[in-house]
Parts: sequence; C-alpha cells; structure tokens
Amino acid sequence: MSDLATLVAQARTEFAACSDPAALENAKARYLGKTGALTDLLKGLGKLSAAERPAAGAAINVAKQELETALNSRRDALALARLEAQLAAEALDVSLPGRARGTGSLHPLTRVQERIETLFHSLGFAVADGPEIEDDFHNFTALNTPENHPARSMQDTFYVEDGMVLRTHTSPIQVRYMETHQPPIKIIAPGRVYRVDSDATHSPMFHQIEGLWIDRDVTFADLKAVVTEFLRRFFERDDLKVRFRPSFFPFTEPSAEIDMAFGDGRWLEIAGSGQVHPNVLRAVNIDPEVYQGFAFGMGPDRLAMLRYGIDDLRVFYENDLRFLEQFR
Amino acid sequence: MKLSEQWLRTMCNPPLASEALCEGLTMAGLEVEEATPAAPPFAHVVVGRIAQIAPHPNADRLRVCTVDIGAAEPLSIVCGAPNAAAGLTVPCALEGAELPGGLVIKRATVRGVESRGMLCSAKELGIDEDASGLLVLDSALELGTPVRDALALDDTLVTLKITPNRADCLSIVGLAQEVASITGAALALPRVDATPVTFDGVRAVRVDAPEACPRFVGRLIDGIDAQRPTPGWMVQRLARSGIRSISAVVDVTNYVMLELGQPLHAYDDRLLDGSIVVRFAGEGETLTLLNGQVLDLTADLLMVCDEKKPLGLAGIMGGEHSGIADDTARVYLEGAFWAPAVIQGKMRRLGFTSDAGYRFERGVDFNGCARAVERATQLILQICGGRAGPLTNLMDEAALPRREPVRVRPARVERLLGVSLDDAAIATVFTRLGLPFTREGADFVITPPSRRFDLAIEEDFVEEVARIHGFDNIPASPRPHVAHMLPDPEATRPRRAVKRALVDLGWQEVITFSFVSKATETALDPAVQPIAVRNPIAAHLDVMRTSLLPGLLETLRINVNRKAPRARIFELGRIFRRSDPGFDQPLRVGGLAYGPAQPEQWGEPTRDVDFFDVKGDLEALLAPAALTTERAAHPALHPGRSARLLVDGVEAGWVGELHPRLVSHFDLPRAAVVFEIALDVLTARHLPAGRAVARTPVVRRDLALVVDETLPAQALLDALHEAKPKHVVELSLFDVYRGRGLTDGRKSLAILVLMQDTSRTLTDADIDATESHLLAVARDRFGATLRQ
Repeated sequence: MSDLATLVAQARTEFAACSDPAALENAKARYLGKTGALTDLLKGLGKLSAAERPAAGAAINVAKQELETALNSRRDALALARLEAQLAAEALDVSLPGRARGTGSLHPLTRVQERIETLFHSLGFAVADGPEIEDDFHNFTALNTPENHPARSMQDTFYVEDGMVLRTHTSPIQVRYMETHQPPIKIIAPGRVYRVDSDATHSPMFHQIEGLWIDRDVTFADLKAVVTEFLRRFFERDDLKVRFRPSFFPFTEPSAEIDMAFGDGRWLEIAGSGQVHPNVLRAVNIDPEVYQGFAFGMGPDRLAMLRYGIDDLRVFYENDLRFLEQFR
Repeated sequence: MKLSEQWLRTMCNPPLASEALCEGLTMAGLEVEEATPAAPPFAHVVVGRIAQIAPHPNADRLRVCTVDIGAAEPLSIVCGAPNAAAGLTVPCALEGAELPGGLVIKRATVRGVESRGMLCSAKELGIDEDASGLLVLDSALELGTPVRDALALDDTLVTLKITPNRADCLSIVGLAQEVASITGAALALPRVDATPVTFDGVRAVRVDAPEACPRFVGRLIDGIDAQRPTPGWMVQRLARSGIRSISAVVDVTNYVMLELGQPLHAYDDRLLDGSIVVRFAGEGETLTLLNGQVLDLTADLLMVCDEKKPLGLAGIMGGEHSGIADDTARVYLEGAFWAPAVIQGKMRRLGFTSDAGYRFERGVDFNGCARAVERATQLILQICGGRAGPLTNLMDEAALPRREPVRVRPARVERLLGVSLDDAAIATVFTRLGLPFTREGADFVITPPSRRFDLAIEEDFVEEVARIHGFDNIPASPRPHVAHMLPDPEATRPRRAVKRALVDLGWQEVITFSFVSKATETALDPAVQPIAVRNPIAAHLDVMRTSLLPGLLETLRINVNRKAPRARIFELGRIFRRSDPGFDQPLRVGGLAYGPAQPEQWGEPTRDVDFFDVKGDLEALLAPAALTTERAAHPALHPGRSARLLVDGVEAGWVGELHPRLVSHFDLPRAAVVFEIALDVLTARHLPAGRAVARTPVVRRDLALVVDETLPAQALLDALHEAKPKHVVELSLFDVYRGRGLTDGRKSLAILVLMQDTSRTLTDADIDATESHLLAVARDRFGATLRQ
C-alpha cells in the first residue's frame, strides 16, 4: 500500500503549497472530489477480493481522514494569514495625537474662591451676594462710618451717578443680609470690590470675601479659631503662623488685622476682622445685648498670589490666555 | 506718624530693644510700618574744629587743615571740601574709623603732605544725601565728643500707621502713654509750668460759633527776636518727624504739636485789626493760605478772623498775610479746640491736608489747649526772648465733647472675647491705660478722658482690655456651637456648576474690569447710555459696562496681539444699566469664540467657528431646558447672523457673529461669535421626575420636506410639534439639503419622527396616517412638498 502513503504525502505537499482558499479547494478536488485520486481508490475497492477489501478499505479511510485533517489545518492557516494581513493593513499610527478638542479652565481667582467657599461650607457658612453699585447707606453709614468720618479716607471710593458708589468692600452684603435674616446668621459673601488704587499689589477692581457669623455667643476666640483653621486648611499647612493684631474698622469692635507669616518670616496682611459693632447690629434691628458675632473681610486675590506664587496682582485681570491656561 | 525713638524714650523708656519695642507697638494696634536707623554704623568720628587752614603746596584743590579735636595736639588733615574754612565745627574721622561706605581711615600722605584723619560730609556719614561739602556742626558742641552722641545718631526713625480712631497717639506724649500701658514702664511727661506774665497786652477774642470752637486759648508774646536760630536738638527732632525747620516760632508750634498733640498757630500781631473773631465764613470772602492757595470761602468753613478780614482756616491752615516774618516782634499764639465735625471732610473737599487739620478732624485733647500754649510760650521765650502776656482761656462747657461714664461688665468682657479674665486683670489694664475707674457691684464705671475719642461704649473698653491683655493671649479655640446643615436646593444649579459646564465644553473663564471705555460701549451700541464713573482710574475706564462684550473683546484683542490663534472665553459677572428707579445690575454669562472651531490638528479639517458651534454649546449648557433662537437685530452683531435666545420660550439673551464694522473697529483678523445670557436662566432647573420607560416598539420615519429657503426651520418644527398626535415622541431636524434635484430658492429639511404608543403596538395604518398628517400640516402651512 505504499501507493496510498505516497498519495497522502503528495496531497499534503500540494495543500501546503496552496496560498489561497481557491487553490486549496482545487487541490482538495484532485484528491477527495468525485474524480479525485482517493475517490478513485475507493471506487477500485470493488475489484478487490472479499478478503482484501476490509483492510484496503480501512487503509483508504485512514488516508482520507489524514487528508481531511491536513486540508482543515491548511484552511485554518490560510484564514489566519488572511486575518493577520487584514489586521496589519488596518494598523494605525497610534502615536498620532488624539482628535483635539479645546480645553478650558476656571480663572485662578474663581478657583481660589471656590476653594474658600468649600472650606467655609464645611463649617456651615452659606454664600450670600449683593449689588456692586451701592448706596452710601449700605457701604458706609450702616457700617458705622458716617459722612466725613476720617475712616472714609481709608478707602478711596469710586463714585458713579446719583451719589451712588462702587462698593469699596463686601461688608455692605453683611448689612443687606442682616436686613432680611434673623440670627443665627453664618455666611460668606465673595465679590468684586472697587478702590481708586493701581500698582503691582493694587488693582482698581479686586475681590473680597466677607464672613459673618452672628449668634448668641460667637466670640473673638471663635473668630481666631475659624480664620486660623481656614488659613491652615487653605494653604494645607498645619504649622502656618497666623497673628491677630489690634486695628480699627468703624464696623467692628474690637477690630483685628489678620497677618500670616510667609516665606522669609515676614508678616503679610490677609484680612480685616472683628466683633461686629453694636451700632451695626442696631442699624439692622438686631439686639446687641442678645446677639453678637464676628465679621471678616479677606482678600482672595492675595491668597491666590501666595498660593500660586504670583507677585503681580495685575496679571489676574489681564487675562492672557497663556497665563490662565496654567490653572487647568 | 514719624518720630524719633529716642524722643519717645525720654518720656517712657522700657527695658526693651528697639525691635521688641516696635513689635510691642504693632501688637497693640500701633502698627510700625518702618523702623530705620538714623545713621548706619560707624565709630571714631568726633566733633572737631578747623583751627587753621592753609593751601596745599602741591595741589590747587586741596587744603591742609589743622583740626582741634579737644586733645592736647591738633591733627593735620588734608581736605578737598569747598566749604572748609577756619573756625568751622565739623565731623572728624580719626585714624581707625570705618565709615559707612566701607572706607577705613588711615594715616596717609596726600601729595606729599601727611594727613591724620578725614573731615566728613553728611553723605560720608550716611545720614543725608548732601555731599556738597563738610557737614557743619553746632559750634557749641564740645570738641572731641563722638559725633554719634553729638547728633544723637544712635536713634531709630519709626513710622507708625495710626488708625483714625487713635488721634491721641499722634503725639509723643500719647505714644509714651501707650508704651507705658503696653510695657508697664514708668511715664515721665514733660513738665509745663505757667509762664509768669510780664507784659500786659491782651487781644480780645470773640467766639461767634461756640459749638464749633468750644475752647479758645491764646496770648500775646511781645518783644521776641524772630530771627534767632532754632536749637539743633529741636531741628533734629522735627526732621526725624518729617517736618522741615522754618523759623524759631513756627518750629516751636510744630514741636509742641508733635510733643503734646495740640496744633497751635502763631500770628504776626502787627497785622491783626481789633479783636480776634471765630466765625463761619461769609459768602464772597476769600483767603490766601500759607501754602499759597487762594480759597473762595463758603459758609460752612470755620474761620479765625480779625474785625476786618479772615486770618486763617480754623484748625486747618493759617493765612499767608498774618504769618510770622523775620521782623515779627509780637506774636499772637493760638491753641484752640475745634469740633471734629466742623473740620471733617473739609480738607478732602479742598484738596489738601495739613498736620493740624489731620489731628483736629480726629479729635484733640480739649483739656490740653492751655498746657500746649504754656509749653510753646516757655520754648519761645527760651529761644527768642520776649515777655508773655496774660492767657485768654475761653470755654463753652456745654459745647465740649461729652464724656459720659461707661459701665463695663466683666461678664460682657468674657462673653465677647471668649476668654475668662478676672477683675484684677481687668483693673490692671485700665490702670495702665490711665483710665480711672470706680466699681459699682461687679461693674467698672469709667469716664473716658478728654484725650480719647475712641472710648464711648462698653465694647470700646472691651477692646482696650483685649488689646492690652494681648490678642495673642486669647486662645484660638472655638467653643462648642450647635451645627446646622445648610439647605441644598436641588432645583437650583450653583454658579460654580454653570462655570464648570462651560469649562467642560472647552471655554476658558476670564475676569475683566466692570468699568470699560465709553468709546467701546458706544462703538458696540451707538444708542447706549452707560452709567458714568465720576472719578475713573483711567480715561478708558470711564463707564460701567452695559454688557460683558467690551471686556471679552478687549481680552480677545490683547490675546490676538500676542498671536493667539484661537479663543473660547467666557465671563460671569454683573452688567449695569439704568432702571427706574436706580440701577439694574443683573448677573450674566457672556462668551466669545474666535478662530478655528477646533484646535488646528491632523484629524479634522480646519474651519472657523460659526454660529452653530456656539449655539450647540449653549444647548449643551442649558440641557435639558429647550433653547431656541430666533432672528433678531442687535447693534453689535451681523444682522443676518444674530439671534435672540429663548429658553423654554422665555427671552434670555442673544448670540451672533460680531458685526463686520466692529471686526475692523477692533482690528480683528476675522469675526468672533459672541453670546450673553442671563445667569438665572442657567441656574434654574427642575427637579427631575422619573417615569418608567415603555416597552412597546418605537418606529422611526424620516420626512424630507422641501420648503422655501426663507422659512426658518424652527417655524416648521414648531408647527409639526403643535400638530403632532400624542404618540409622536420625538421630532427633530437631522439634515438640511440644497442643490441638485431642488429648484433654486428651495431647501430640504429632513426630519426624524419617532413614534411610540405606550399602551399598544402601532399598526402600519397608524404610522402611515401620522406621516400623512404631518406632511399635510407642512404642506398647508408652508407649501412643503415631500422630497422625491
């Protein structure tokens, strides 16, 4: 039966030589098709004797299975090669940049403001707001700073029409809030403020964040605790040195300037603060014998400068996109 | 307030180094802004006198001085100073002296002549910029005295920032009182005795406005020599307080003001006519002030006058006419108390300040007038000679500031400060501050002294306790408070979420000035009437913005000038408009898109941003609220590419392409697309209401409707929405086609129709009927045909 072995070997060689499915199917027909070599052998079985026939038949079947196995394996191999070729053809230059979309960011002062709001929110301070064109009453008089008071010269005021001013601080928001709310009051009020001043550390428009906490027993010690903790959390430095220094604001008594130690050990003024003056409480019909508390006005622009290492306040308002994009 | 530390220490000298003293002042509320040494370090420089002077044998510009330094043997010193002259008393640096510039003095031979030291200019000693010649010293100084001692150079020049409530600290005496309070050191105030009256001349005084001048003290001093030099020590103390020496009498008035805090004024008596009259100015009167300014007087200005004319602006500045001259022989010295309310605001209005006005508007000790006049008399007599006349001392007690006793409750002190202080500690504070008190039960009862204008209510005294006890000694420890949760309204989108949504859509936040240029406002809208800023910081920031557009355009202009190819910027802020009454200041969000729609890249073809890019971002920002736009004119926008924004049908702002006229006005290479929208529209939300999703099948049909080019797509969509049966759950435009197959002036709007009945499956008949119905609506309303 060496013919059979030769046939199988020959078929294997032919299958292996086929480089595409059509050639392989043609090769298959030459062996396993109706007139294929192996089919012919099967047909020839009838000519054999009854004694020879079983063995010969079995041998041919074995050969046929061998051929079918070889055929399938070649089919798989060709399919795989085809897939691989296709995948290779589909390959991308994955090093190309992604399809670009513009990206934006918050202004650094907003970033700082949100950070401040978040920290005070965690202590239960709500956010309040108020107008920027203010009347004299809310910006000064209700804050215990009557007309011609020398304290008015502490803040160079922008005047608009009808005797109205651009608010010089966020403190009028205190007054407006207390006019419409009863204690306990616990708010912060961020916003734009305006003073006639312009140099590397002063902008005619800048920001303040007012804080106000009025209840039956809110003390100066609470003020120290809240603001000190805030500054430490804001700068993420538990060893930050903060000092409270006596000062004067017409709307607080006692009044304190709040300084923070930075870099070279110098003190930098960061906020004005104090216990709300009884005249301010009386002006909004809150009884100072029953309620008391503190207020502070902080400069978020300065906090942003310290936090992000910026030494000229004006860059915040220049809005060079290359500067702003650093705060993504 | 500037002062010499040494002067302060003559009245209160705590055992503290200069730095510690300054720290103490700062922490008591008297902020030390600056403390600089009067002179840099140097030694071995003594007072010398040029005994003889001879030309240098080998140099024209040098001379050889024989200098007496009080030692047995004089020194021979070569000197090039132009003012070197025999008899001059000058600083002499000895061998071994090291001068501030680093120069070390050695015995030297200068062009063949031995020189044993150096005569110095003020600049060489680092005490002044004057390098023009030798520093000339007072000839009365003892020769050989170290110059540091002779000129009191071991001193610190302290600049204090005195808050407006502490006028009592605008004097050495007041500051010494503070230092004593802070440190507990002894206080030694200058002794002022009444000067014996040796001249009987009196000038009558009439106060017509006692409420404005509750106290008037004055006297004549006759027979003075006004040309006598002011003593060096006084000149120096004045200089260290920043006051230039003028003449002895004027210097004395300034000196006493610095020392005691009471401003004084001296008149040349020969120029006064009749009585002195204190009255408010009459209309039409004028006065030339000492600073040369000519004032047209108004009826609210308080004047010191004689019977014929105004002499000076009371408490603020004297007149030029009656000032002290070299030949003044008789002086009228005035020391009054002017009511702060009368002085306040006047200097600001008149546009100048004076040391006197600065003090009077804050409050001067109304019981210190006579003492100050006596002190000045004493000094004038010492320096200029003369005889003092009797003191005029007028007072209207009822018009003096009231000083009511104040009750201070120790419990209140604790309640306000949050720290427990015992009575003894509180009593110590008041004693140190020189505030005499009595006790009534637990309370302290204190009548504020006449020098303090900041103590009127209990809280003022609580502050004093805190200040002297030390803010540092109040613990930063919160007491337990009941914590309340804050409301968190879910149907309101916080501002920060609006900003973040824009940032996530690729927009960059900017913050621009609320004041802008009127020219820009007018360029954007010729009819605009912005609110004017009366005192703008710069001419181009003269009005309040009526929209966010000026700031956005200015930001774009700056960035385009710096070669930025693309910008997506937004701002959240107020705009300012007139309203009746008053002003309207709504919060708005404005944006500007410029340059390529996407950053230039390989993956997308580059095209300029357009109206629909921005509208798409606004739709995303507003979702789920429905944004629609309708054509509307806006003065700053391209008339064919501008629209009104409607959110759920309510007008909310505008969007559009910048008008070509403004593109060239702002020098932009290409147009920008801009928008502005009311913030409250962006923050308003609905609380979502969930409902189950129906499982019946959804059927899609597309309708391509051919309509006139001029028909706004929204009109068609609105009509279909209005007419649609309930089972049409979505109607949206997904394509616009023009061109082949369509006649000119027609366009095809492809509309996707989703149908679903939540209770049953729709039949083909239902679907066909719906499609026909919608088509019929489009045909009947707009002449639409189905695209073939």
